[in-house]
Amino acid sequence: MRVEPADEKGVAEAIRAANAAKSPLRIAGAGSKAMLGRPSVGDELSLGALSGVTLYEPEELVLSARAGTPVSEIEALLGVHDQQFAFEPIDYGHLLGGAPGQGSIGGVVAVNASGPRRLKAGAARDHLLGFRCVTGRGEIVKSGGRVMKNVTGYDLSKLVAGSYGTLAALTEVTFKVLPKADTEQTLLLLGLDEEEGLTALRQVSGAAIEASGLALLPKGASPLRLGVSTAAIRLEGPRISVAQRLEDLHGLLKPRGGTMEILSQEDSGALWLALRDATPLVELSGQVWRVSVAPNDGFPLLSALRSASVPLLAHFYDWAGGLVWLCLESAPDAHAATLRAIVDRLGGHATLIRASADVRASVDVFHPQPSALAALTQRVKESFDSAHILERGRMRAEF
Amino acid sequence: MPLAMPAPEPEILARREELLTRLRKILPAQNVIADETARRAYECDAFTMYRALPLVVALPETVPQVQAIMALAQEMNVKIVPRGGGTSLSGGSMPLEDGILLGMSKFNRILEIDFENRCARVQPGVQNLAISRAVEHGGFYYAPDPSSQIACSIGGNVAENAGGVHCLKYGLTTNNILGLEVVLMGGEIIRLGGKHLDSEHYDLLGLMTGSEGLLGVVTEVTVRILQKPTVARGLLLGFSSVEAGARCVGAIIARGIIPGGMEMMDKATIHAVERFQPCGYPLDAAAIVIVELDGTPAEVDHLVGVVEEIARAEGATTTKASNSEAERLQFWAGRKNAFPAVSCIGPDYLCMDGTIPRGRLPEVLKGMDELAKKHGLRVANVFHAGDGNLHPLILYDASIDGDIERAENLGADILRLCVAVGGVLTGEHGVGVEKRDLMGEMFNEVDLAQQMRVKCAFDPAGRLNPGKVFPTLHRCAELGAMHVVGGAVPFPDLPRF
Repeated sequence: MRVEPADEKGVAEAIRAANAAKSPLRIAGAGSKAMLGRPSVGDELSLGALSGVTLYEPEELVLSARAGTPVSEIEALLGVHDQQFAFEPIDYGHLLGGAPGQGSIGGVVAVNASGPRRLKAGAARDHLLGFRCVTGRGEIVKSGGRVMKNVTGYDLSKLVAGSYGTLAALTEVTFKVLPKADTEQTLLLLGLDEEEGLTALRQVSGAAIEASGLALLPKGASPLRLGVSTAAIRLEGPRISVAQRLEDLHGLLKPRGGTMEILSQEDSGALWLALRDATPLVELSGQVWRVSVAPNDGFPLLSALRSASVPLLAHFYDWAGGLVWLCLESAPDAHAATLRAIVDRLGGHATLIRASADVRASVDVFHPQPSALAALTQRVKESFDSAHILERGRMRAEF
Repeated sequence: MPLAMPAPEPEILARREELLTRLRKILPAQNVIADETARRAYECDAFTMYRALPLVVALPETVPQVQAIMALAQEMNVKIVPRGGGTSLSGGSMPLEDGILLGMSKFNRILEIDFENRCARVQPGVQNLAISRAVEHGGFYYAPDPSSQIACSIGGNVAENAGGVHCLKYGLTTNNILGLEVVLMGGEIIRLGGKHLDSEHYDLLGLMTGSEGLLGVVTEVTVRILQKPTVARGLLLGFSSVEAGARCVGAIIARGIIPGGMEMMDKATIHAVERFQPCGYPLDAAAIVIVELDGTPAEVDHLVGVVEEIARAEGATTTKASNSEAERLQFWAGRKNAFPAVSCIGPDYLCMDGTIPRGRLPEVLKGMDELAKKHGLRVANVFHAGDGNLHPLILYDASIDGDIERAENLGADILRLCVAVGGVLTGEHGVGVEKRDLMGEMFNEVDLAQQMRVKCAFDPAGRLNPGKVFPTLHRCAELGAMHVVGGAVPFPDLPRF
């Protein structure tokens, strides 16, 4: 069954009715992320009718929209004013086997989306100023506001960002938006091996270069498909600043050897869009993991996976090595135990992004937590949704 | 209206000796401060209007000691008030007469500096500025820079989600920390985040930040450190009206420029500053705006030109750009001295902290003026103009009967005005005790009940820093059952879990 309320009040009625009937609800904005997380159960609560930008004041750097508003619509509007979501939210369309450009803004919050600029600008959580929602208890609640600086009450924006709808159905979200840079260029450093390339990226991240993208593509990886492994460094800003930093960058990297190439604005834009959306893994049919570690643990992670003979089909690094995308040969256990033992040793977490529903139901999609933290997490869940109505099973089998 | 704190519980007061004895088993004797004279030093933080003598001050030195104290408090049903540097402007660490004041000042070590991963692991009692000092030899700094940065602790910064003059560009505390170690009521320990960027599951790291010491006690913080910009230059802009200054700020942002800092001061503050320690501010201006631009030399020079051009177009009566580091610091000197300078024109002041949508500034200033007249007091204004965070300084004289109440009432009216135009009660100082009773201006009962339920998930007995943030205390069981929707309780027959 599917309910599609016309407004926030309708969402509250639907959730209260579900509470009364003790029947769970799955929340869908545009439905583009239904394949993420553990499979949840219940009737579908569609937020598709809650659509439209409700406030946009470019000079104030603020935008509010109803949760079901298509991201593409918002990004187009921001583009008219040379503004953007600086956190560069990933579009999961291609990776999950659907079409791109389908997601809703509520979904962006629900998965705490980010992109290559994460290392400089943060994720959705860092830009969400406030929201309105209906909790799993069926209560309409607001938190935060529309101003840049606000410490009035708990920062529940952080809690709902990345909660996969398990706490509340968002109805309206308010974001800080930022000006687009007028120039972007990317320097490619070709021919160093992976470990050297990552060392170079970390050196750049610690220099006054203000790079807004630091990725490493192994030999042959799409979209570049080059014969050597390639470190990509993006610079954005006023033209004059990018030119100067590019020169500084050149000087910084020269002693490392390898060859350097500069991508034009257009090619640079296309490359980072592709990296944002995990394009190097899209064409492969294996299971996809997204692993977040400290930047200098990116390469040791790969080395350990190779030593453990985990069947690696493809991989690439973002965030100067702090984000590792992996595509592994499909297995019923998704190689979770081996991978997670390595990640636990290094510090970080591994999320299973793409796998069949059966696998996502039997393997922990999200990194398991120590018991005290797991218990606290469940108490937080129940503070919003005591009867486990929303997205039952989506994050954890227990709720 | 005087702020009431929860009445001391006689059953706790009666067990003080037992508590002291057991605390002395956990801590070295000198770290349990029971003597009244010594306790007096802790009777308030930087919100000095209200004071209370803590039942006892405990100064742990190790994480197991913190755990043991939290377990003891839970077992004996005693309240705990955590305290860092004691610089809260909202009374966040104001003691309770029936509570242990848990001073974290002995947690003052920098545990690890990791340039390669651009982070540092520090204990919560480390001062904000000490972090920047510890990493500056590598060309790094820690970005959030509250005015109290020489005294405030990073643990307190986490509790309050502290800001500073650079947060429009570099974010608040919440955007600059990667990991926390937290001891919960009862003594359990959890680690949130780490050196990696994304925290999976619920973002309890983000929730803890700004939770004002009501959810847990922070025992370790991993902060992100940033490379210092190559160069920074300041611009001093004077305007013949506050409106023109506000328009200029808007125009700079509309041009796609996010300055490292953008501060504004009104005439009263300019004059106070120039009398206190002259730094060349134009006395004929109704408002000045200080803009700091940072980045590479060519970029900064270019942006200085653009901002000067915008300022002239908006009718600036003064435009001066710094041509040396000394000159840039001189522009800031007055801003940094604004609070002490203002205290020289009126014996006491109350510093407010509302945030408003920037475009509403002229109307809010006019409204504030009218309110000040109505209450018979003067107000000097300092703003973080870039992000709309106002710091009206209400001048009063505590020796005049009724002046404190007048100042508090004016403060409350100003914050109500901020909320009425779409703003909030506090931008960076926290709710604490000070703004607790105004929470209802921004949130309804249902909103507040949800926040309190989150508190219950961490501290079901309500023993951690009670009396702060929330205007009313509810038992957690009562909150679980409460179901208010539009004033009515729906589905009264629905079984509750």
